[in-house]
Amino acid sequence: MDGNAPDFAAASRAALADPQLRGNFRRAMDGLMSKRAAQFADAGEWTGVRALAASVRLRALSKLPELLEKLEETCTRNGITVHWAATTDEANAIALDILHRVDAKLVVKGKSMVTEEMHLNAVLEKDGIEVLESDLGEYIVQLDGTMPSHIIMPAIHLNTKQIAHLFKRKIKDAESREDAAYLTDLARRVLRAKFQAADVGMSGVNAAVAETGTLCLIENEGNGRMCTTVPPVHIAFMGLEKVVEKLEDVPPVISLLPRSATGQPITTYVNMISGPRKDGEKDGPREVHLVILDNGRSSIYADPELRDTLRCIRCGACMNHCPVYTKVGGHAYEAPYPGPIGKILVPQIEGLAKRGAMPHACTMCNACVEICPVKIPIVEIMGRLRVEAVKPGGAVKDGGAKASRTEAMVWSGWAAMNASPTAYRVATLAMSKLGNAAPSSLPLLKEWTNVRTKPRFAGRTLHDLARAKGVPDV
Amino acid sequence: MSDARSSILTKLRATRDAHPLPPPASDFAPIEAKRWPPEERLPRIRRLMEAVHTEFIDATEADWPVVLREFLAREGVESLLYAPATEAGKRLVEGWESAANPTLIPYDRPLEDLKPQLFESIEAGFTTTRGAIAETGSLILWPTAEEPRTLSLVPHIHIALLRTDALYDTFLQAMREQGWAQAMPTNVLLVSGPSKTADIEQTLAYGVHGPKRLVVLVVHP
Repeated sequence: MDGNAPDFAAASRAALADPQLRGNFRRAMDGLMSKRAAQFADAGEWTGVRALAASVRLRALSKLPELLEKLEETCTRNGITVHWAATTDEANAIALDILHRVDAKLVVKGKSMVTEEMHLNAVLEKDGIEVLESDLGEYIVQLDGTMPSHIIMPAIHLNTKQIAHLFKRKIKDAESREDAAYLTDLARRVLRAKFQAADVGMSGVNAAVAETGTLCLIENEGNGRMCTTVPPVHIAFMGLEKVVEKLEDVPPVISLLPRSATGQPITTYVNMISGPRKDGEKDGPREVHLVILDNGRSSIYADPELRDTLRCIRCGACMNHCPVYTKVGGHAYEAPYPGPIGKILVPQIEGLAKRGAMPHACTMCNACVEICPVKIPIVEIMGRLRVEAVKPGGAVKDGGAKASRTEAMVWSGWAAMNASPTAYRVATLAMSKLGNAAPSSLPLLKEWTNVRTKPRFAGRTLHDLARAKGVPDV
Repeated sequence: MSDARSSILTKLRATRDAHPLPPPASDFAPIEAKRWPPEERLPRIRRLMEAVHTEFIDATEADWPVVLREFLAREGVESLLYAPATEAGKRLVEGWESAANPTLIPYDRPLEDLKPQLFESIEAGFTTTRGAIAETGSLILWPTAEEPRTLSLVPHIHIALLRTDALYDTFLQAMREQGWAQAMPTNVLLVSGPSKTADIEQTLAYGVHGPKRLVVLVVHP
């Protein structure tokens, strides 16, 4: 294991040993799954809108370079300044340049996964700029000094009691009350003062419309509206895949995103921004900036099979339904995107040397694929990444980084055995006679037997048993 | 042209051209098929929005300012921010006695001049809507130079005037029939209830950052 690489196995073991954490996740995910299922009770409607949303995302990808140019053109015409960043360092530098130019001291942020990817908060804090997450879940996580554990519900790993203790410790004059309404109101008071005073507001983008130069943001709390309306400057960050071709492409995405994410028919606010404050308007930011980030996405796009990763609309339904995520929670992944989508996206962005373990945290049960509203073949991509992790020369960064001589020998032996009827008969006979004598501590076998009972080989091979039943052998 | 822009677009174009992805057709029929008889739209909007704590008041074209005034007085609301240059704003102030509660505050200055009052003392904001959507129970807000964005965002209570002649089945239908793509304003909003969160152990709590209450004043013909 690379010294700096996250150790998924160790983090998972720690998570599995924490009954409080497992209980918090179990309850939350069960609730989300049933609420989502209720929203898609009409199978015909689900099938039709899902096919439409998938086509919207695929059509956008099929014209991606042209749509990004068009988006730049329409945004610029609307008065939005468009910036391009190949790396997270470049995106952070663009943000800092704007902040320095307007002499910003206080930034309020709406939820943005791209800025998590950029570690933007740490960069701003290092520069002496106060940055405050304003989505309640993100605010809780920021106060706690940790990272989000879910892309839609960042503080889902904590219960009310834990949050009440956190607020008591961190917020002046907070009462010790384990009451969600009180805690929410307390956060409202703290954050309203910050919205009022902030020099810059930051946000993500759920969909950017090339046709009209419109940035769409959906949310329930109103903090996204606050961040994009009240401060004099708004900076929006998006991964380059978030563009859609036409304004009409937004309703199918909006129809599926909240229903898949939280089982709501729609979020409280659908916010569509097409420019800074115009002459005569009394509010809205005087500057709007859009930062378009690549950070490895153009490499993902280069491969026709991996390209489907970029369809994602970040609803988080795949993690809600993932048997692995549900057990270990989001922190075990130590990544900006956990769960199934994280397991295919993060290794492609950060490379297989650092993230090669992530695609292995999958049971291949296909639950994520069945509920993905834009039909991403997550499990197929997962399989591809597993292969690339051990086989140099593929499309993904650091391919072959997880190659193991033992594993390669075992698979090559397996292939040879299955290619020759004689070798196969000898090997299966040997397994049936001697297999049970193999110690549990054998390499590879011990990975299984550490947590499971060692499998027992049958005394007779399948061919023997079939012959005994009168089935002719081949 | 920045280096990043050029290198990103060049790479995307080259790789896409090497492995083209034919653009699939998009069949909007599953959304277009969502239809409700006209008389069912308002009850559906009301039911969906009431399920997320939205309040409704009924009025007519003739009496809505009086109905609103009585509602605000009953609720003990002491200050109402409104847009004085809009038709609805002009109707609202007609007959409003200067000593009456709530005090009417015109949004006639830039946000910067109004900010402390807006955040610290104004209780309610009054806006019009451009209709509502039956599928999801959503109001369409179309802020303008006369009717600013923060009217529906910062005050603790948002009162939205909804006329029943602009009820749509779906977001897509509203967008098409109102010709949004031809002229998007600075900001368009769908609002489907008061501000809410479930970030604390999935317990629903209202009024986290935006309005704590959303009141729809339905103006029947």
